[in-house]
Amino acid sequence: MTANPFPQGVAPFGRTPAPSLTAPILSEAFGLRPLDGAVIGFVRAALPLGQVLWAQDRLSRIEHGAPFLPGMGRALIRLDLTRPADVLSALEDGLQSHALAAVVGEIHGAPNALNFTASRRLALRAERGGLPCWLIRHAAPAADASAARMRWRIGALPSAIDPDDPQAPGDPRWRAELFRARGTPPSIWEGRHDRAADRLDLVAWTGDRELAAQADRGVA
Amino acid sequence: MPGLAIENWQRKQTVAWPDDVPLALAAPGPHGPVIHGLNRAAALAGARSGARVTDMRAVCPTLRIEDADLPGDAACLARLAFWCRRWGPWSAPDRADGLLIDTTGADHLFGGEDAMLADMQGRLARAGLTAALAIAPTRGAAWALARFGAGRVICHDLQSDLAPLPVAGLRLDGPTLLLMRRLGLKTIGDLAAIPRLSLMRRFARADLPENPLLRLDQMLGHLAEPLDAPDPAPRFMAQTRLAEPVMDPTDWLPQLIADLCTQLAAKAQGCRRLRLSIFRVDGERRDTHLRIASPSREAAHLLRLFQGKLDGLDPGFGFDLLQLTAEAVEALPDAQPDLDARSEGLELARLIDRLTARFGAAAIHRPEAVESHIPERSETPAPPLGQTPVPDARPDRPLRLLTPPEEIRVLYAIPEGPPAQFSWRRQTLRVARYAGPERIAPEWWRDRPGTRLRDYFRVEDPSGLRLWIYREGLVHDGRGGTPRWFLHGIFA
Repeated sequence: MTANPFPQGVAPFGRTPAPSLTAPILSEAFGLRPLDGAVIGFVRAALPLGQVLWAQDRLSRIEHGAPFLPGMGRALIRLDLTRPADVLSALEDGLQSHALAAVVGEIHGAPNALNFTASRRLALRAERGGLPCWLIRHAAPAADASAARMRWRIGALPSAIDPDDPQAPGDPRWRAELFRARGTPPSIWEGRHDRAADRLDLVAWTGDRELAAQADRGVA
Repeated sequence: MPGLAIENWQRKQTVAWPDDVPLALAAPGPHGPVIHGLNRAAALAGARSGARVTDMRAVCPTLRIEDADLPGDAACLARLAFWCRRWGPWSAPDRADGLLIDTTGADHLFGGEDAMLADMQGRLARAGLTAALAIAPTRGAAWALARFGAGRVICHDLQSDLAPLPVAGLRLDGPTLLLMRRLGLKTIGDLAAIPRLSLMRRFARADLPENPLLRLDQMLGHLAEPLDAPDPAPRFMAQTRLAEPVMDPTDWLPQLIADLCTQLAAKAQGCRRLRLSIFRVDGERRDTHLRIASPSREAAHLLRLFQGKLDGLDPGFGFDLLQLTAEAVEALPDAQPDLDARSEGLELARLIDRLTARFGAAAIHRPEAVESHIPERSETPAPPLGQTPVPDARPDRPLRLLTPPEEIRVLYAIPEGPPAQFSWRRQTLRVARYAGPERIAPEWWRDRPGTRLRDYFRVEDPSGLRLWIYREGLVHDGRGGTPRWFLHGIFA
């Protein structure tokens, strides 16, 4: 008999609890398509308040653009670097500082510098330094080995209805798939970002929206 | 230096100011701006220094007025004072446009007093400065002779040389000069001829700038007036001489840095720029420079900044002298650490130092909001240690901005709206929902004439990609052909 009535990772009604996004660990977030801002929006919504070190390599800056302050609305210190290896060493430096709230790095593709050892160094530094560290991966195969404690795959969903204008895109929604995590089983979530309150809600995935919509139509 | 202000201004211009166009520098005065310095053409046209700008505009309608840089001139004069130590051990700036040098016993090094004055005038002229010079036994006499004498003056007899000069040479203030003029005393000789007792009775309680008797005594050497020369900035340098040439400076660096930090701590200074020089056996020198975001004398931190910087230092056949110099220092008083022995501001400065040392100052910046509607101008890179409030995120602005905007090809255009379908990099996107247009007009005070306005749309495709696109110009705006479409940003 254990004190906890539920085994780890299983909440009442058979649902896993929503993972904490601000824990001081290394997390990886994979973008699925070019021009998809979902992964950036997800990481931005998960960042705690305070100074954030944001490092980019050259290819992600060219292909996916640079953070835009009026849209981000966060205190950023930007590092425009060239090589992925530079991004990794800058992240390591940032994780040793107590003046930051979080550290974010963006890497395009699957460079040799980002191997299992490099990610393990980052994960250990993040845990020792007590800072959340996010690694945003653009155009990368998700199959490579990594020591990240949480690995997300983020894609955009059609946005919520704007209450004022049904024709306009409303609050963003994302499909967030936690495909590897330490201590919790893999799970799929629907992320809803409330822009007015700047709050990210993770709701358990209810299934295939397209099919559900079609089924509804069939019944009607 | 009668023309210091205007010559300083001219030295800062990239294009030389034409000699025949009257130019004057204005400084704020009690009743509106007054003329602070003027060029030769303006002086010939009748403008006077110290007069009000509006009056001088009436005298010379073609006069161009620029703002005087008073702090810049003062800083320049302070630097010149140290440079002038080549002619004498003590020197100091004097008021806004003068320099005092104590050359006692130094003139024979330059071949006599006359040769020394010629040397001074030549070197200052080469620096673009005209100087009126005088050598006199007292400070007051030199002041008067330099301003009211004839060019280069060497004073041999105080009484006879000073007697024909006007009383303005006595360094008196305005009301006292007015009083002198009303009393009919025009020259210093006139004043000196008056019995001392009556002058003393008249000006018994007056302060130094309004007391002609004290000024006369200073000028004639009856009253001491020492020169208060400022000390030059201390130089902090540590060096190690090696018995044998070596190839790698790493082992000697900790000792050098510790030595330098001890020197800095003794004077309560912290360094902002460091230079490590190695002197090679083949007679060459190689330097490595470091910049530090906030003044520091922390040996461990400085040592860490040198990591990776020494690889680019070419030792040749080895070197036998290592020199570490603090090129720029700032006052850094001892501070008590916080209870947990760390402070956030200092931590951030240290982090910036490490990142700057490794990736260069150009790679790191903090975006700062600027008042502008043009998206690419609404943020500007600022130094990373600043403190400006961050604006709240706007839902109608994207998270990402593409620089430069990428052109998209419209497949199905709709009048007065975004395209129904467009292609970006051979990928076709359909617009399911949109909001807009948001019209952003060019900033006519900055943009070139003919810049077209932009109509921004927030569009979403059926799969959920949210993008920021714009049309540059209108169809019949007369500023080019068919408007083109661009992709400028990516929303979450």
